[in-house]
Amino acid sequence: MKTLKGKIYSFGNNIDTDQIYPGRYLELTDHKDIGTHAMEGVDPDFSRRFERGGVIVAGSNFGCGSSREHAAITLKNAGVAAVFAKSFARIFYRNCINLGLPLIMVPDLDSFGLSEGKEIEVDLAAGILKTEDRVHKFLPLSEDILALIENGGVFSLYRK
Amino acid sequence: MHAIEKILARAAGKKSVSTGEIVTAGVDVAEVNDLYLQVVTSFYQLGGTKVKKPEATTFVFDHYAPAPTIKAADNHRAMREFCAAQGIDKLFDVGRGVCHQVLIEDGLVAPGAIVVETDSHTTTLGALGVFGTGVGATDMALILLNGSLWFRVPEVMKIVLEGGPPGAGVMAKDIILHIIGDLKQDAAIYKCVEFTGPAVAAMPVEERFVLCNMSVEMGAKTAYIQPDAKTWEFLATMGVGKALREVDTDPDYVYASIHRYDVSAIRPSAATPGSVDNLAEVRSVQGVHVDQIFIGTCTGGRLNDLATAARILKGKKVAKGTRLVVIPASDKVMQDAMAAGHVQTLMRAGAVFSTPGCGPCLGAHEGILAAGEVGLTTSSRNFPGRMGSTESRLYVVSPATAAASAISGTISDPAKL
Repeated sequence: MKTLKGKIYSFGNNIDTDQIYPGRYLELTDHKDIGTHAMEGVDPDFSRRFERGGVIVAGSNFGCGSSREHAAITLKNAGVAAVFAKSFARIFYRNCINLGLPLIMVPDLDSFGLSEGKEIEVDLAAGILKTEDRVHKFLPLSEDILALIENGGVFSLYRK
Repeated sequence: MHAIEKILARAAGKKSVSTGEIVTAGVDVAEVNDLYLQVVTSFYQLGGTKVKKPEATTFVFDHYAPAPTIKAADNHRAMREFCAAQGIDKLFDVGRGVCHQVLIEDGLVAPGAIVVETDSHTTTLGALGVFGTGVGATDMALILLNGSLWFRVPEVMKIVLEGGPPGAGVMAKDIILHIIGDLKQDAAIYKCVEFTGPAVAAMPVEERFVLCNMSVEMGAKTAYIQPDAKTWEFLATMGVGKALREVDTDPDYVYASIHRYDVSAIRPSAATPGSVDNLAEVRSVQGVHVDQIFIGTCTGGRLNDLATAARILKGKKVAKGTRLVVIPASDKVMQDAMAAGHVQTLMRAGAVFSTPGCGPCLGAHEGILAAGEVGLTTSSRNFPGRMGSTESRLYVVSPATAAASAISGTISDPAKL
């Protein structure tokens, strides 16, 4: 997973976990089922219009609110390749990294001009994000975390 | 060092730690609630066979209790089986109440402890000088497996509450809504929020819980109030007589930021629909028709909250066209409220009671809002669709404002009663 290519799905600030995964589906435990309700609280059509491998781009405090791991599970199983945001809520951040979903914090993300529908190419290890006409640099995740993501999350450390 | 840093350092077997450092610390109490069968699944996926510290592990059925669906019932059954197989005795089954409140009442929470729960509002425990923080399922599975977890040593924001006493109808809820409205909901991401000052010292412990509980609505990792005589008086009633770790903050500790508020200047407040930091004074939104009022949860369902509501509703009736749902935070709260006559008072006024637990807070059951409806809640969150339809509108208020509004059926300022 050195590089990923996908379409941008853009959201605003303070997208909470009820919007990422509404409370009414919390009793679900099958990951495939959970994956069909991604972002439903903010965009009921998201599951239908989302193309696997897409990248979510958001403002500040993405994933705030409830500790529900369903929010991380739904994005991962919907096929979200990565989330870029100006900042992330703490529990959501830990949950996603544990599951091997890369979250990239870019405080000056606005300057990248990433709008809905744009195609991007990302080199996670090098910290490079390319759009059709521009190249942006971001602080990459640490090597340990990148290795963990590449292996599908924290589970890989224990399956030896 | 800060008191919180000393707790982390000692739990990690280190002399000192500093901000930003990542330490692996032993977890003194772990709690799994009934949203989280995934903890059990992840535990086995991680290769787990035996829970490392079953005596320090608890399960609480609060979010879906009693089970509203077959699926929720299946999840409960699987968790009961896991507890039985793993020798986990502390399974607080249907009706015991919301996890944070239950752990406190069972005497499991002592100052200086590290308590981790699968619930974001674990910050509540900071009011007892505890390092309390929420995690998701996989982190919790790692705790069950290893008895420890890695933590980043957080920056600490100090919030000083001065002045007082608070004005008529003002509760801790109004104060924290005011603070979040001012600092905004991402102000404390990954930080510890400490509350201190004369107005905190004057506040009963039950109200201090509200401040720490809602710190997570600013993104806080944990919250902290240095234990004082009131803390120990409260803990004695829960059967806790001593700290797990005696800690305090060194005078030379440097805070990330310091914020001061005069509580005398704060008026009854509301978070208007959509976000907890949409601050409005209640008087500026009064008159809005309300379909359902919910008094309950780990934020606003303690004895003090029910007593406040009962005082306002005594001899009164809930307005026609408005429903009042009351759900005590625990069975102990419910029994204490019955002994004091509050339950009777509220039922005579027309309140509907449900099983101690989270109730409709997270939109699972026991009072879901329809499209177009307006709700008032003493809980902590009003994200779009939090309590039901994304077309409903939810205001977060204090129990006093909730009760005052029940009489008129419209948002009403308790300061006037």
